[in-house]
This record gives sequence, C-alpha cells and structure tokens, in this order.
Amino acid sequence: MATLTLENVAQTYNPGEDPDRWALKPLELTLESGRTYALVGPSGCGKTTLLNILSGLVTPSHGRVTFDGVDVTSTPTRLRNIAQVFQFPVIYRSMTVRDNLAFPLECRGWPRSRIEERVRAVAEALGLADGLDVPASRLSADEKQLISLGRGLVRDDVAAVLMDEPLTVIDPQLKLSLRRKIRQLSDEFAPTVIYVTHDQYEAMTFAQELLVMSEGRLIQRGTPEQLFESPSSTFVGWFVGSPSMNFLRGTLERGAARVGEHLIDLAWSPPVPHGSEVTVGIRPEYIRIVDGGSHPGDASETSVHGRLVAVQDHGESRVCEIQVREQQVAVKVRREVHVPKVGSFVDLGLPRSKCLPYVEGRLATCGD
Amino acid sequence: MSVVAQSLTSWVDGEAHLDDVTLTLEPGRIHTVLGRTGAGKTSLLRVLAGLSDVDSGDVLLDGRSLREVPPWRRETAMVYQQFINYPHLTALENVMFPLRRAKVPAAEAQRRAKEALEQVGLTHLSDRRPGALSGGQQQRVAIARALARRARILLLDEPLVNLDFKLREQLREELRGLFSGVGETVVVYTTTEPAEALMLGDEVIVMHEGRVAQVGSPAVIFETPATTAVARVVNDPPMNVIPGTLQGEHVAVRGLDLLPRASHLAGFADGPYLVGIPAPSLTFGTGPGVLATITFVEISGSETFVHVDLQGTELVVRAEGIHDVSTGDRVSMTVDPSRLFLFTEDGTLAAAPPHGRS
Repeated sequence: MATLTLENVAQTYNPGEDPDRWALKPLELTLESGRTYALVGPSGCGKTTLLNILSGLVTPSHGRVTFDGVDVTSTPTRLRNIAQVFQFPVIYRSMTVRDNLAFPLECRGWPRSRIEERVRAVAEALGLADGLDVPASRLSADEKQLISLGRGLVRDDVAAVLMDEPLTVIDPQLKLSLRRKIRQLSDEFAPTVIYVTHDQYEAMTFAQELLVMSEGRLIQRGTPEQLFESPSSTFVGWFVGSPSMNFLRGTLERGAARVGEHLIDLAWSPPVPHGSEVTVGIRPEYIRIVDGGSHPGDASETSVHGRLVAVQDHGESRVCEIQVREQQVAVKVRREVHVPKVGSFVDLGLPRSKCLPYVEGRLATCGD
Repeated sequence: MSVVAQSLTSWVDGEAHLDDVTLTLEPGRIHTVLGRTGAGKTSLLRVLAGLSDVDSGDVLLDGRSLREVPPWRRETAMVYQQFINYPHLTALENVMFPLRRAKVPAAEAQRRAKEALEQVGLTHLSDRRPGALSGGQQQRVAIARALARRARILLLDEPLVNLDFKLREQLREELRGLFSGVGETVVVYTTTEPAEALMLGDEVIVMHEGRVAQVGSPAVIFETPATTAVARVVNDPPMNVIPGTLQGEHVAVRGLDLLPRASHLAGFADGPYLVGIPAPSLTFGTGPGVLATITFVEISGSETFVHVDLQGTELVVRAEGIHDVSTGDRVSMTVDPSRLFLFTEDGTLAAAPPHGRS
C-alpha cells in the first residue's frame, strides 16, 4: 500500500483554455496509505478525471503525481501497480471462480501454495468459498462484480485499489449487501482505496473520508460526520443530508442575521461588515417546533415565526415545510412529536450553536 | 369509477407471482404498493396493464371485466424503471407520440403534450432528443408522456429507482404535486422504499411473497403493521424481530436484559412471542447497558444505521444524524420498552405502542 500525492495537479484537455474552465483546477492532495477515500459529486464535477490521473489513463496537463514519493506522473497504468474495479464486471467467463482470482497472482509468478492460500482467504471474505470451482459464466451480475472486487483485492502488493462506480449495474435490492461486503473486504484487507461514486450515501457508508467535488474543484474533504455537521459551503450542505440543510438569507446585524422581523443568533459572527449579506445554514433535524407556548425558548435559541404549509410522512419522522416570510424551512421531527394542522402558524426554535453563517456560499471563518 | 382486482393468481414455474390478490383502487387517490423485489409489485402492474395474463381472477373497470380487453384499449399509461423514450424523437414528439397513435388531432395532441411538459418542468427542453437529456430529464419526459395520455389508470413501476439520490428526493416531492392534479385517474405507484410509499400514498398496499399483506393509510400501516413482514418492510432499516417471552412484570428478549413490561403489553398472557424492536427505539452509548459489538455502519440520508451483535443476536439501531462510529467498536445498548411491538409466534400483530397525539 502506498501514500499517493498530487502536487499542484490540474487538467485541461484544450491547451490555452481559460483556467476557470479546466476539467480539474489546480489541486494539492495527499491520500494516506491504508485508508479508504470516496470521490463524490454530480456528473461533470471532475471526479473521473481525478481517478484517471491516479490510474495513469490521463497524464495531467499540470503538476506531479507520486506514489510513496516516487514520481509516476507519466508512468503508464500497467506499471503503476494498481488494481482497478469498473462499473461492469471484468472477469474471464471461461474460467472458474478460483482461476479468475488466481490469474493476477499467476501473472506475477507467485508460488502455487501462496496463491492457493490467498485465493482461499479472499473467497472466504467474499462468501464464495463453496463455489470456487463454478465457471464464472454461471454467476449472477452481482456475483461477477464481487469476483471483480476480489481480483482487485487478491494482490497484497498493489499501491492502491481504484473503484469507478462499482455498484452502478447492481440491482438496487442487492446494493446493500454488496456495499456491506465491499466495506468488510476493505476493513479486512486494508488497502488504500479510492472509490468514485455519484451516490453520496454509498460513499459515506464505504469511505473513512470523502472528497466532495464540484465544477473541477475539491470543495471539501472530511469524515461523513464533518461534512454533515459543518459543510464548508452551501453546496455541501445541500448535497449531504436528506432533507438538505436549510439556508435562510439575511443581513448581518449586531453579529446576528436579520431575516425579516427575526434576528437569528449565529454560532459565531462572520468577519464581514454590518449590513453584509449572510445566510444562516441549519439542518432540519436541529430545528424544534415550539409547542403551544409550553416550552418557552431559552437564551440559546432564536424563536422564528412561520406558517406550516405541508407535512410529509416519512414513517419514523415527519418533514414539515414552514414558510418564514418568503423563504421555506424544512423541519424534521420524530413521529411522536405533535405536529399542528397544515395552515397554522408555528414558532420554531433555532439553537444558536447549530446556526452556521455562510457568506457568498462559503462557511464564514470564526471571527475570533 | 373504480378498478377492482379480483383474486388475481398467477403461477410461473411453480412459484406464485400473485397469490389471490384482491384490491379496490379508487380514482383520484394515490395507491402506493410497497414490497421487496419479488413481492409481486411489478406482476400486479403488468396484469392491470394487460401485459401479463393470470391463471385465475379478473380485473374489473366500472364492474366490467378487462380480461378480453387488449393493453392498447385499456386506457392505461405506464412509467417504467428504465427511462423509455424514442431516441429519434424530440421530447415534445415523444410525449405526442401515443396521442397521435390514438388519433388525437395534431393541434390538440400538441397542446396536451406542451401542458404535460410544463407540468414536469421541461418546457425549455422540449426540442431536445433523449440523448441530449440527463437521466432525470428523460424520466420526466416518460412521466409527461404518461400524464398527457390522460389515461384512466396511471401505473408507475419504481420510476425513481435509477436516479441519483438528490434528484430522487426532488422528483419525489414534485410527483406529489403532479398526482394531486390527476383528477379521476387511478394512480398505482410501486416502490421498495418505505418513506416514498408513506409520503406519496393516500393508501399503502403492502405486498409480501405475492400476497397483499396489508392495505391502509400510511399512519395505519406504519403504526399498526399487521404482521412481522409488514413491520420489517415499512421500516428503514427493517424492524428488529426477535423471539422473546412475557414473564409477569417483564419482557425477556434474547440478548437483552429483562425489560419492564410497558402498559400497552398488559393484558396479554405470559408465554412466547415475537418481539418487534424498532431500530429507533434502541440507543447506543458509553453509559450503562448491555454491551454489543458494532458489525457494520451504514449512512442513509441524515441517519446512521448501526448494526450490532448483542451476544449472538443481530440488531440494527437507527440514530438521527451522522455519527463517527466504526466496525468493531464496543457500545452499550439501551432499549425504550414503551416502543416495543408484540407479535404472536405466527407473526400476527398482538400489540403496538401508542403513538401519542399524532
């Protein structure tokens, strides 16, 4: 396993193009040995370009790529010592499961006994130990993809395992079990994994760390909890979490956000002048519906008045849409919480510590 | 007008795809069909559409049998999982196509197609061909085509399953608005996702192994699931169902300590039952409680599903928010005894927790 670095790497497919339009804007990145990373973002965000630069399919137009300190910027894929798993299973249909798993090791001249031992370990982890002699052509689509994954993990000498949307072709019902299996395999074999997906929740379940990309830029990297609790931009606040984070537009006044008649206390005061535009970001699960005045809001909470316009039943929780002036706020409450009738006016409690200040779409720095 | 499915039964290779399915589907209401893959959801839609035959049973429209009516005369529109559009036609032409085939005059067809495209928010892309549209936009075209037909029966077979998460979330909300304007149409919508079924349905039909397991309002289905199968499929993650016994003042559940018997479980004879432990009724932490080992952590939307091994019993816990816990961590578990469900040993609901004022 290796530590991978990108030093000022950027990619444009058209020399002379305006840097604002590059497929990948200049990027400094270190991916540590033995950790699992997910590259996520909407299509066209640059995640596949980044993966292709790591695999060697694309030589970046700018910057340097190293594996364990060795410059591999222009090293072809086959000499990079990486394993790849693609959207579609890559297996030899004419071979048995055993031969499919053994093949990459035979190519590297491993001794027979060591191959047998390793194949068995991987097959057991895949749950395929009983079917080693089955011809691969007889397997279902998800089993074939499992074999592809197994082939990626069978070599313990690879620098990294790169996976490009490996669950795309899998039946949605089987995704959960396969997702679990991939996670277990990577926990057990601990390779450095870079996993590309457009599904943020697949990424969060799989990876120790996420790299959220948008328009060719790395927007934020962090653990799932970090992305949920303190999204560095309104984009990440929208992209991570369901329902998305609420954003209330206002202006800065005495360190708080003025939204209509409300003055919403912020977790911290953004370092911008009085009267500047500031957006309050707050997750739907952190807002309380204040019930009939029985729980007066305390000092750590701002009370906001609005009208309940819709309620969605999600089973365990309900999502209430509340109109606050001309803006919409989603509030997620547990099922046992009393929800007033649609059309009635309600008071919301917004805890100060959960009201994050965003300025021009980015989380403001802490002033002090 | 209503559509009645009468004892629909269909066997394929010795396996019942539909097993004595009887339903009444009312116009102007959205019926969501919830069940796992293989529960019979798609088979039901195909029979309603006339695309599959049954071994016995019938479909009645206004009391008249549809048995001999071919699919193209059934006034049925269907939206599939895969976005199906004609690649050589523009979005507008795609939506107009079935109308023209049904001999709707050109001007009228165009007016209805434009209206449907506007409903799905695609007016600005009506001249594009499917190849130049994203997956979400292509599925909107397919939905617009179904809407423009003004069919009496609108069938949607997991229409959002192949879309990205955020798009699914957005389109799901839009569908609520679209369906509220369908007037006299019977809408049937299948899904494997409980939140989708509960949120979109006026009525939820839960299917399990080819049978109708329960029909009711979202609140009834969620709060009083008729069987353990319904309880599992209507919860995300599925409800934990574990053998246990009622013993005097206590409920004994394998792996957990003796739990106090809450008031809603009074009045039942002591003895063996199946105990339903909703994933959100469990909490994990570092305080006192029974020790468990985390075996897997899943993140779904804004919740963390933590799978644990509790002295050989597999349980799943649902925690609000996203938590930094890992496989192998040891945590202490507590359960809220007032939220337990009780099922008889054959899986029939005996007692459900009271659901407050809601």
